[in-house]
Amino acid sequence: MSADTILSFEEAMEKYDPVLGFEVHVELNTKTKMFSSAPNVFGDDPNTNVNEVDLGLPGVLPVVNKAAVESSIKIGLALNCKIAESCRFARKNYFYPDTPKNFQTSQYDEPIAYDGYLDIELEDGTVFRVEIERAHMEEDAGKLTHMGGAAGRIQGADYSLVDYNRAGVPLVEIVTKPIEGAGSRAPELAKAYVAAIREIVKNLGVSDARMERGNVRCDANVSLRPHGQERFGIRSETKNVNSLRAVEHAVRFEIQRHAAVLDSGQPVIQETRHWHEDTRTTTSGRAKSDADDYRYFPEPDLVPVVASREWVEELRATLPEPPAERRKRLKEAWGYSDLEFRDVVNAGVMDSIEETVAAGASASAARKWWMGEIVGRAKTADVDPAELGVSPQTIVELNGLVEEGKINNKMASQVLDGVLAGEGTPAEIVEKRGLAVVSDDGPLLEAIDAALAAQPDVAEKIRGGKVQAIGAIVGGVMKATRGQADAGRVRELILEKLGVEG
Amino acid sequence: MTDTNELIRLSAADLAAKLSAGDVTSVEVTQAYLDRIAAVDGQVNAFLHVNAEEALAVAAEVDAIRAAGGAAAEELHELAGVPIAVKDLIVTIGQPTTAGSKILEGWHSPYDATVIKKLRAAKMPILGKTNLDEFAMGSSTEHSAYGPTRNPWDLERIPGGSGGGSAAAVAAFEAPLALGTDTGGSIRQPGAVTGTVGVKPTYGAVSRYGAIAMASSLDQIGPVSRTVLDSALLQEVIGGHDPQDSTSLTDPFDNLVAAARTGNVEGMKIGIIKELHGEGYQAGVENRFNESLELLKDAGAEIVEVSCPNFKYALGAYYLIMPSEVSSNLAKFDGVRFGLRVLPKEGPMTIERVMGATRAAGFGDEVKRRIILGTYALSAGYYDAYYGSAQKVRTLIQRDFDAAFAQADVLISPTAPTTAFKLGEKLNDPLAMYLNDVATIPANMAGVPGLSLPGGLADEDGLPVGIQLLAPAREDARLYRVGAVLESLLEEKWGGPLLDRAPELQAPALDAANTVGGSN
Amino acid sequence: MAAINRDDVAHLARLAHIEMSAEELDRMAGELAVIVDSVKSVSEAAGDDVPATSHPIPLSNVFREDVVGHTFTAEQALSGAPDAAEDRFKVPAILDED
Ligand SMILES: [Mg+2]
Ligand SMILES: [Zn+2]
Repeated sequence: MSADTILSFEEAMEKYDPVLGFEVHVELNTKTKMFSSAPNVFGDDPNTNVNEVDLGLPGVLPVVNKAAVESSIKIGLALNCKIAESCRFARKNYFYPDTPKNFQTSQYDEPIAYDGYLDIELEDGTVFRVEIERAHMEEDAGKLTHMGGAAGRIQGADYSLVDYNRAGVPLVEIVTKPIEGAGSRAPELAKAYVAAIREIVKNLGVSDARMERGNVRCDANVSLRPHGQERFGIRSETKNVNSLRAVEHAVRFEIQRHAAVLDSGQPVIQETRHWHEDTRTTTSGRAKSDADDYRYFPEPDLVPVVASREWVEELRATLPEPPAERRKRLKEAWGYSDLEFRDVVNAGVMDSIEETVAAGASASAARKWWMGEIVGRAKTADVDPAELGVSPQTIVELNGLVEEGKINNKMASQVLDGVLAGEGTPAEIVEKRGLAVVSDDGPLLEAIDAALAAQPDVAEKIRGGKVQAIGAIVGGVMKATRGQADAGRVRELILEKLGVEG
Repeated sequence: MTDTNELIRLSAADLAAKLSAGDVTSVEVTQAYLDRIAAVDGQVNAFLHVNAEEALAVAAEVDAIRAAGGAAAEELHELAGVPIAVKDLIVTIGQPTTAGSKILEGWHSPYDATVIKKLRAAKMPILGKTNLDEFAMGSSTEHSAYGPTRNPWDLERIPGGSGGGSAAAVAAFEAPLALGTDTGGSIRQPGAVTGTVGVKPTYGAVSRYGAIAMASSLDQIGPVSRTVLDSALLQEVIGGHDPQDSTSLTDPFDNLVAAARTGNVEGMKIGIIKELHGEGYQAGVENRFNESLELLKDAGAEIVEVSCPNFKYALGAYYLIMPSEVSSNLAKFDGVRFGLRVLPKEGPMTIERVMGATRAAGFGDEVKRRIILGTYALSAGYYDAYYGSAQKVRTLIQRDFDAAFAQADVLISPTAPTTAFKLGEKLNDPLAMYLNDVATIPANMAGVPGLSLPGGLADEDGLPVGIQLLAPAREDARLYRVGAVLESLLEEKWGGPLLDRAPELQAPALDAANTVGGSN
Repeated sequence: MAAINRDDVAHLARLAHIEMSAEELDRMAGELAVIVDSVKSVSEAAGDDVPATSHPIPLSNVFREDVVGHTFTAEQALSGAPDAAEDRFKVPAILDED
């Protein structure tokens, strides 16, 4: 395979206008498979989450999982689609060893959801509308492992091993209409679109949406046409681009590759392309051929799905707030700046802050704790902040202790460590570790006298009105009390003692 | 105890009565059938596998329960201890299931079909698996990869198909009951040519789960027996809603036995389908058919003529829909997960080529023909003209049935246009073979129930003729009601069951011991 | 509708994954031509106003609750496999070298 020549992205954009299209497969997180009662679980031992239906043994029949249909309708609604009053399953016939029946039970001319759209917000706030052609129900295939060749690649393998655990896992395939007008923002839009789908299905609770597990998989179609031309160019379809970063890079690479092909006066070949993360390039897969005659026909073993309007409305009523709307609402409610809010979102603590505010903290306090204390600890522990083990209740309690002057910020940080070490609630830890701020003025006054006596020149300066010199005395007191004094109170008492206005 | 030869000739209903009365044990009955299989199946070849050990164990269990008495004995199913044979298209744990194909030779299913679970729940000993045209594709059982089954009335003739094994087993007294499957007539046409009773229930009345699919929208499991009442008893055992079959009906079908027992046709309207007799039907078939009409009229039925003009398209539409579904349903036989794997003799060893070589070696000519035809009918550019048009014809056939059933309670026709033909006679002429199903196919296309019962012997060849009754969907009981009346009128006329006139099968003495307990 | 010829059969056999010899292709083409000819009246039988029937008895919304049922052990799953390794089904290379 020779390396493809490519044009620089800038040059490609000068000459050509990209048109995109996406087919995103979302694995649903139902308890069982699309057409069988075998468990839908990731990562178990090979061929243990299968029964006769998943293996396509002679005589078996499919039965539709109602929960999968409901999840599909929810996805359709979240994508602003129409939900078909009646739709059917169809068989897509093709031979492949990961497909147990040598046909995939899918939907063809009657998808459950169609004609929708999704508004995608780009980094700079530009909103781009992506039209959704359809979302249809189907089943996943098994997993092939290619043995004997280089790096598990199919090319050059001696043989392959098949695990059918994934066979029959419910999928919803979301297909866009051709996306025109993205221009040089096409790669960014590609990434943002897949990120939005991922966020939506996760928010709906219908998919675990973990791209690294293949819960969300993207096929990206790219074609170019000269500026001003209406007719679409010939497209390539890059299969299984399975991270957000890769989606962006793959679209970018294909634009550059197509541009070079067109520049050389050659036609683009309509084919599938394989994405290689290591080189960030695509290579030629299979050309479209007459073997792509899938001979679709209505699945005779299944009956139509009729989605009554009552059922659809019942499901609509269960939909959570769309993620984009929710972000807008929270940002306004919390009064964060654009930058603060983006940092919170990027750090993945928006949900936690929302819960903390709900538990009684102010929005600014919640942000201070999560961004200031917890995100750093989570990074060190290499876990999501929400999974570190700090509950919103703990934050509220901790924050209260500080605000009441019972502990200072430095102590609060130690209390948090105690909480994470499983020593108990903040109050219990303050008690156990003896961390309370010294609030009895008696011992403080003694320490102040000692500090003033130790630094008479500083005391003199303060008396003379140089109040800013007070830090040295406060420091001395704090040192003497091993940090347990309330610095604010210490300051007050010193000024009082020296008869100076603060 | 009863004489063995007498025992195997009893109907299932009579056997059931003797078993519950304690006149005979299930082990005696089961052993009698196993002996009969051993004696005659070398000639008939109705069985692909004989399940002696398990059948006798189930029989012994039933006998023990009966002997112990009490609640467990009370709860035994009416047919408990009555043996049965199963068409080898239906999967069974503990016995091979071949579908009559080399591609499944030696394959054992790890699960039971729903109907098999029901037979086990009723404690009916399963005698074995019966021969069939490969994947049920054929009308003569000559397309079995394991040799043809022979008609007990004339061993040089076909027993019908695809369920020739089940029909021949029952006709040859190798089993009192059998299960068949009917996609275009595979229960009824073998019933007609072997002088037995066969019923294709309403589509969805019996679960298809575990019946190896030929054409999903047409397939239906049903009873094969020697009397109308026996079929009713068996349909009540195997029928009922199955959540594992999405096309299974929730309607109750529990009035069948009662209908067979209280047969009465007085005041009923029985419709002759103009298009399903006359031209193309053997004279002896026509004569017996007319005779049955006379008997029904004498019994108080009103005979009316109805027309189903679109039935002329039924055969053509069937030979588009069926192969289309076949091409997809049989794709799973590829040498990956189960069954035969054949490696290409030369060239690169890729999975594509292994699948191609496996399917080339594993499937017979008729199966290949239908797969290719179905692939054609579904392929890009042809779908609308072929598969799409055929599905519209289906609508027209349903409309014809609706109109006909507006004028008649049940419809009647000969089951098949001819009596049993000679082995090999139509083997190289697929179209002539397909014509055997011309009268049975409309019922499958519309999902309505059909029953075939013996109508006598054709004058010209002395071979059995079948009479077919058709009822509206879900009205299977009407078939049993009319069928039982016609059966009793005919038997009165004949002075006994038609099968009494079948030639005695002579067992070649040496063959006897070989068959029992093994696969042959 | 075009008559079915040997090349058509070869294409269909490829789609259906059935290896066929030249002689078999010829024979099959002849047989299919006869059958296809005999069924062609079907395409003229029904007008555009006639809806298609794919199920003999119309039903809708037959569902299963999302409750886990039985599974096989890997041993049971592989019990009929022509070839297996590492608890998985073993198949020859999927692509010819390309
Ligand atoms: Mg797709
Ligand atoms: Zn898909």
